[in-house]
Amino acid sequence: MSKNKEFVKFDKVDKSYDGKVLVVKDLNLDIPEGEFITMLGPSGSGKTTCLMMLAGFETPTNGEIYLDGNPISNIPPHKRGIGMVFQNYALFPHMTVYENLAFPLRVRKINKDEADKKISKAMSMVSLSGFENRMPGQLSGGQQQRVAVARALVFDPAVVLMDEPLGALDKNLRESMQYEIKHIHESIGVTVVYVTHDQGEALTMSNRIAVFNDGKVQQLSSPDQLYEKPVNSFVAEFIGENNTFAGEVTEISKDKCKVRVKEGDILANPISVKSKGEKTTVSIRPERALINPKDKMDNNHKGKIEEVIYHGDHTRVRLSLLGNSEFILKVPNSSENLDIKLGNIISIGWNSHDARALDPK
Amino acid sequence: MRAVIFSRPFLFMSTETKKILTTDGIPLEESLRKAEKKNKIKAFLLVCPLLLFLIITYVFPIGEMLFRSIDDRMVTNMLPKTYKAMENWDGKELPEEEVFEAFFYDYKTLVEQKTFGKLATQLNYEKNGFKSILKKLKRKIKKFEDGNYKDQIMDVHKRWANVEYWRAIKRRAPNFSNAKYLKGMDLLKDESGNITQVSEDRRIHRILWLRTLEVAFFVTLFCFVMAYPIAHLLATLPMKYSNLLMICVLLPFWTSLLVRTASWMILLQQQGIVNDFFVWIGLVTDDNRPEMMYNKTGTYVAMTQILLPFMVLPLYSVMKTISPSLMRAGKSLGGTPFVAFWKIYFPLTIPGIGAGCLLVFILAIGYYITPALVGGASGTLISNQIAFHMKSTLDWSFASAMGLMLLIGVLAIYWVYNKLVGVDNIKLG
Repeated sequence: MSKNKEFVKFDKVDKSYDGKVLVVKDLNLDIPEGEFITMLGPSGSGKTTCLMMLAGFETPTNGEIYLDGNPISNIPPHKRGIGMVFQNYALFPHMTVYENLAFPLRVRKINKDEADKKISKAMSMVSLSGFENRMPGQLSGGQQQRVAVARALVFDPAVVLMDEPLGALDKNLRESMQYEIKHIHESIGVTVVYVTHDQGEALTMSNRIAVFNDGKVQQLSSPDQLYEKPVNSFVAEFIGENNTFAGEVTEISKDKCKVRVKEGDILANPISVKSKGEKTTVSIRPERALINPKDKMDNNHKGKIEEVIYHGDHTRVRLSLLGNSEFILKVPNSSENLDIKLGNIISIGWNSHDARALDPK
Repeated sequence: MRAVIFSRPFLFMSTETKKILTTDGIPLEESLRKAEKKNKIKAFLLVCPLLLFLIITYVFPIGEMLFRSIDDRMVTNMLPKTYKAMENWDGKELPEEEVFEAFFYDYKTLVEQKTFGKLATQLNYEKNGFKSILKKLKRKIKKFEDGNYKDQIMDVHKRWANVEYWRAIKRRAPNFSNAKYLKGMDLLKDESGNITQVSEDRRIHRILWLRTLEVAFFVTLFCFVMAYPIAHLLATLPMKYSNLLMICVLLPFWTSLLVRTASWMILLQQQGIVNDFFVWIGLVTDDNRPEMMYNKTGTYVAMTQILLPFMVLPLYSVMKTISPSLMRAGKSLGGTPFVAFWKIYFPLTIPGIGAGCLLVFILAIGYYITPALVGGASGTLISNQIAFHMKSTLDWSFASAMGLMLLIGVLAIYWVYNKLVGVDNIKLG
């Protein structure tokens, strides 16, 4: 059986709560079966609204959502068969862990033997076997989170939605849960739609990421593409660290352009600029710029060190370069002693290919 | 052995350091006690006014009430000599001369002090017909001659020769009695000391108890049925609407109880607004207006309205804490809205239901003013009877006994409730 490429499909979906402001604008999104897709964006960008429309708690103002080819706008949430993990877990506090997991099976009238099998399978999947008789209040945050995941998966839904499920956990636990959820997804192959505002989480877990801003998908691509090749300055800013130069295109050819910035010129890769005279923002990842480059690089500039911050495995260096005093460099601590001292003038270089000329902010 | 010790580090430690001392060498426990002493005294002094207030206004009156309801020393004190002489009497035949003599002297003292009326009343409670023969004796007593009092007294009225009346006097000998409690349950001690029911036409209290329970139960039920949706709406509406609704719920709360009851009288009377409306929509004909006041209907309607906020508020406070995502989770897991409500939402509101029901039931069981005003004959409750005995018959010991029975009833309900739901599950707000 071939996997459905349009297992979940948002087709021209608009959503407005008050009839004045569109929270989601013209959303078109295809999610193939078995994919882990993350909706990433700042709060208020419409990502949770999309999830709620898919779960059935909100109705699209316009357009249609298809699940496995069938329109679902008129199907109530309890008939959609979509598992959901909520932000605060939403475990039923008056039921034991076992009863929590049994709830979706009981309403589906699955007999007890089979239900028990499914429950013990789900419990071992989240490595919580033996906790069946605890009440949710007796579990730690991480354990509650696992129970919530197990409950969303126990009835074998086709799609599982996760609404910032790791938001309430501390950093270490959050990281280990990220891997755990990723592994569960890989082992059972369920389609996951994940909502988060944490870019690290999105990059770690997803097959594809949809970056939301202002009710629109800004970019939909794999994590590496998103990081290496952001299509606009919002995505470049939002994902990872980023050095930017605002300027104006003075020369342009097929794969290179010259941008005049505050104090000098940069050679850049024209992504969203087409012609001379356009305003643009040039984006360079900190690790793409090197100090005293050995190879020949087509951008070479001198900058003054303004600040040195020790970060354990690397050192962050803030420079003022071409009129930008917020230019950040990441220097691995293993690299031979470069002359990184406050106030020194150093030479910085990067390839024009890595400097992406995007839309102006 | 080592392994055992190491696996129980706590025991290991405690055997090593038997008594922990502070840096100054004083045992730690003693030092702690000293340090805490000041705080304890301070705390006690702060609580003291409340404690005194409670003792003076609560413990003492209830103790007094309990005592009054069983205190039966009045007759004993009025006939000291008689009871002393009666100690040897077995109660089978008429008593001996010495008892008659003692009674003569006791009664003569009472007549001289003009307090014989009380004795007549008390003894008449015990046996009908005492009042008249005591009055007759009072008239004759001045002309009595010394000696042979037995014959002289028996000559006054033939009932004095009836052993039943002497037994009745003897029955009042103990200092304390449970007669008032028995009376409250339509029971009495008959001549031979057995507990029996009073004659059928006098059994009013049991009806009142049952009616009180019935009214309290149904008022609680009506309140629950009406308050649950209101509380749910209050808890889920956006703030600006829920505040308005909350004021609507609380507004009657701020109005005087008397005014609210009176307004129900205006609404419910036969020529009242509700009846007018029924006639207008053609539910009843004009000459056949139903009576909704001075009966149980009136009591139900008015009490439900008045006690409603006591149900709404605990329910609201509990519902407010239930996260809306729980219902969503229930639905997304496949539960129909009803299943999600019944299996998830409803069980979580039980602490509020418990608190509201207990509160309303206990308030309803002792409710006085509303049934007194709109209850009529078939809608009055036990508290009205208590008030009646406090104000009209002045039988305070009987009123106390019934009040205490009511209190015991409430405590019993509380106990049952604790067994069923658990008091620590209650949430009042």
